[in-house]
Amino acid sequence: MEQPKPPRSRIMTDKEAEHITRSEELAYELKVAEVMASNPVTVPPEMKMREALDIFRNHQISGAPVVENGQLTGIISIEDLIRSLIQSDTDAEIRGYMSINPHVVYADDPLIEALKTFVSTRVGRLPVVDRQGNLIGILTKGDITRGLLKALQSDYQTEEVRRYRASHLFEDIESERTSLILRYNIKAGDFAHGGSASSKIKRALTRMGASPQIARRCGIATYEAEMNLIIHTTDGGVIRVEIEPHQISVDVYDYGPGIKDVEEAMRPGYSTATEKVRELGFGAGMGLVNISRCVDLMKLESQFGKGTRLRMKLNVLSQDLGGESRKNDSGG
Amino acid sequence: MRVQEFISIINGTVLNPSADLSTEVSGCGAADLMSDVLASLQPATVLLTGLCNPQVIRTAQMADITAVVIVRGKNPALETIHLAETERIPLITTPMGMFEACGRLYQAGLICLEGPVVNEECHNE
Repeated sequence: MEQPKPPRSRIMTDKEAEHITRSEELAYELKVAEVMASNPVTVPPEMKMREALDIFRNHQISGAPVVENGQLTGIISIEDLIRSLIQSDTDAEIRGYMSINPHVVYADDPLIEALKTFVSTRVGRLPVVDRQGNLIGILTKGDITRGLLKALQSDYQTEEVRRYRASHLFEDIESERTSLILRYNIKAGDFAHGGSASSKIKRALTRMGASPQIARRCGIATYEAEMNLIIHTTDGGVIRVEIEPHQISVDVYDYGPGIKDVEEAMRPGYSTATEKVRELGFGAGMGLVNISRCVDLMKLESQFGKGTRLRMKLNVLSQDLGGESRKNDSGG
Repeated sequence: MRVQEFISIINGTVLNPSADLSTEVSGCGAADLMSDVLASLQPATVLLTGLCNPQVIRTAQMADITAVVIVRGKNPALETIHLAETERIPLITTPMGMFEACGRLYQAGLICLEGPVVNEECHNE
């Protein structure tokens, strides 16, 4: 895949520029065949310009490939028609006015190839051929814009569908008590991925229809716990989230080194973090305090030399009015 | 005020082009401690910070922060920019210091969206 991106000013409008990076990605992902117009109207070279004018008008097109014996021999556009009109020469054959050896694109080319050709040649349309050279479609800049907008729209719809499916999970499955369990293994010292599990948990909750408040509270609590696993454990640990319609239970456990004095660890400002951790903006001794503010129930157990287990619960109310303000105690 | 206008006030540069700059911003908070951000910043806030690592973006994502501004002209690590790109959180850098950036934004009518971290004394160490 090639590096240079298409120059924006010629292709994108301001409106599209909002999605510019995704559009650019799509320009590499989409194939010409996906956005071109298939079965284009073609004309023979011996047709008269006058007749071509009628065809353009009837089909509301402004150009057409010229085909002779199944071979693409040229392209005729509205500009060529205008030239023949000015010279009162509409009885002439298309052959005399068409552009010969037109630029073509291959159906299996990524869209970006077509964009480059449009930019470098300034033609209005490109005939699309398969690898055997057969004409199978035609592509205009308008087709590209439409194709990109459609793909962006379908990206959006895909997320909507996911969200819809996930949010109906509990209604669709019947049991005495249904729950969904998510598990994440967290590596010790893996600062580069710190927070990626919590990020997935938060996204899952949002997709399942949790209110932004619940998703945020759970996200913050698991994020602090995830960072604790990364910062403090010898061999990492596990985050296990059980989602039920009425509550979210999070279980975070590890196998060492354990906390010497749990009561002290809960005290705001208490920290054993290193300078490196502090540079990341953590280690101020507020993590556990923050967690307790975000959850409805928190239980921290630890045995020094063995490991630590942190359990938390968030109640999901039917109307889910919960916010952080609903929380009171500072844990213990 | 939109993120777009916001950026012009602090003479900022957006580092991730995919970010949506049409989001509405009503207030700001400034912090270098991520736990403080998680504890005290309200949702839909712009965070001003001197921290440059990817945790800033993760924190912003968890706390529903609208945009992140790195002050003092620092350039964040590439991982930070990539993460901001993936999570579609506008990441902005400004040559201004924290004090000046906050002052100008306050003057432009933005309000403080940092809540006090109540009931907790903070012994440092």
